[in-house]
Amino acid sequence: MNQHLSDKALFDQHKKRLKAEHRSTRYWQLLIFILFFTLWEIASRLHWIDPLIFSSPTKVGQSLIKNISSGDLWFHLRVTVLETFAGFLLGTFGGILIAFMLWNSRKLYHVLDPYLVVLNALPKVALGPIIIVALGPGYGSIITMGAIISIIVTCLVVYSAFREVDANYLKVLQSFGATKWQLFKEAVFPASLPAIISTFKVNVGLSWVGVIVGEFLVASKGLGYLIVYGFQVFNFTLVLYSLIVIAFIAALMYQAVDKLEKWLLKKI
Amino acid sequence: MSLLKGKQLTHYYFNTSNYTKALENISLSVEEGAFISLLGPSGCGKTTLLSILAGIIEPTFGKVTLNEKNVTETQSEMGYMLQQDYLFPWKKIIDNVLIGPKIRKTLDNQTIEKAKQLLKDIGLSSVIDAYPSSLSGGMRQRVALARTLITDPSLLLLDEPFSALDFQTKLKLEDLVSALLKQYHKTSILVTHDIGEAIAMSDQIYVMNANPGRIHQQFEVPIELRQLSPFDARKHAKYQHLFDRIWEELNQLESTSIG
Repeated sequence: MNQHLSDKALFDQHKKRLKAEHRSTRYWQLLIFILFFTLWEIASRLHWIDPLIFSSPTKVGQSLIKNISSGDLWFHLRVTVLETFAGFLLGTFGGILIAFMLWNSRKLYHVLDPYLVVLNALPKVALGPIIIVALGPGYGSIITMGAIISIIVTCLVVYSAFREVDANYLKVLQSFGATKWQLFKEAVFPASLPAIISTFKVNVGLSWVGVIVGEFLVASKGLGYLIVYGFQVFNFTLVLYSLIVIAFIAALMYQAVDKLEKWLLKKI
Repeated sequence: MSLLKGKQLTHYYFNTSNYTKALENISLSVEEGAFISLLGPSGCGKTTLLSILAGIIEPTFGKVTLNEKNVTETQSEMGYMLQQDYLFPWKKIIDNVLIGPKIRKTLDNQTIEKAKQLLKDIGLSSVIDAYPSSLSGGMRQRVALARTLITDPSLLLLDEPFSALDFQTKLKLEDLVSALLKQYHKTSILVTHDIGEAIAMSDQIYVMNANPGRIHQQFEVPIELRQLSPFDARKHAKYQHLFDRIWEELNQLESTSIG
């Protein structure tokens, strides 16, 4: 028998097996999805669960269609996504900027260290009422909530990544007489980029938390507001429908950042 | 005239719980075009001394001058090569070579051409646009050499640049470096713990002892060996003779430091 052909046949077999494996995973995922919604629907119709509290997929679906066609969904969604995005950018880049300042001045880091530790340990959403009082009820305070929740942890993670850069890379640059900014630009920042990008992923999720909590507290629009409103008027179809939209959009954003990460990492 | 002079260099390292005297009262001078080796056991402060000579570390006491100027002002005349290549993995080979001119803001088309020529000279013209990760250890160290030479330093400081390579690559690279340095008429200081390498490559050898680091003795490499390439020098009769003398010396140093 031809050895070369049999190698190729083996490889084909291996590929086929991988494909089958992949397909079976997909089937299971789909099955769980269908099972969950079917069970929910049945349980609701047969009153195994209280339909007033847990609603049902058809009611949520109807509400979804109604709100999409009326433009209502788009309105609330746009507000929340913009707030989340702004909070994410502010928290992430603010954190990186502070990390840079701490890296630039060892002294500053030592002085601020205990404050950063306290701020990091503090549950940031507890600052909500103060932020709202200070900045007024509106986009400003909600975006701040979305930012403040991630800024400190970003700063600490990125700072330690800056510190961990191999000193010999700096030595190479120093031997050419590099300035501190050149050290940062040529070695410290590019070497820390993977760590920075991985904070993006975490921060997307954190910004959602901050913004939703912010909307709980103060807003008159947005998905977080819809949840609170639905809760107050005991319209749990509205609550669940908002929840599903949030889950969907948050997952989409996470995927986008994930793609961005892969793309950026390939570039460097 | 001496190109580089170190006068009574003493250096301490401090941390919160302790201090160490890394170097004590080291004076040395290096003539233009000479190749000097600093030989000694690990922990004798060789790298510290080299960093001080390069102006990267400020010595606790003492002064280093290059062409009668303080080294901290003359960094543009220094080239530094480390134990490992420390090529930036996110930069292409050509950009790695050009990092020095970029830092000094002297990057122009002429420099880029020079870098390409230099890479060609060391047999790496085919990997100009590759990334360091696709190169072997020997190739990477050659790139690091090109990176050091591109700025045309009048003094080269080599910190065990061959120690992380396999033996065969190391011998080949020694020959290449030696030939290049002679060709460009460079003054060099090599730090090593490899006696053979020190003899094969240099004109003078300073043997150092540890705790604190001091220059213990100076050896002159016979003129016959200096004229040969490192590989051929290793086969010369006088090579073995000098090797044995230095070996004895190092052994004695070790036994006195233990006793």
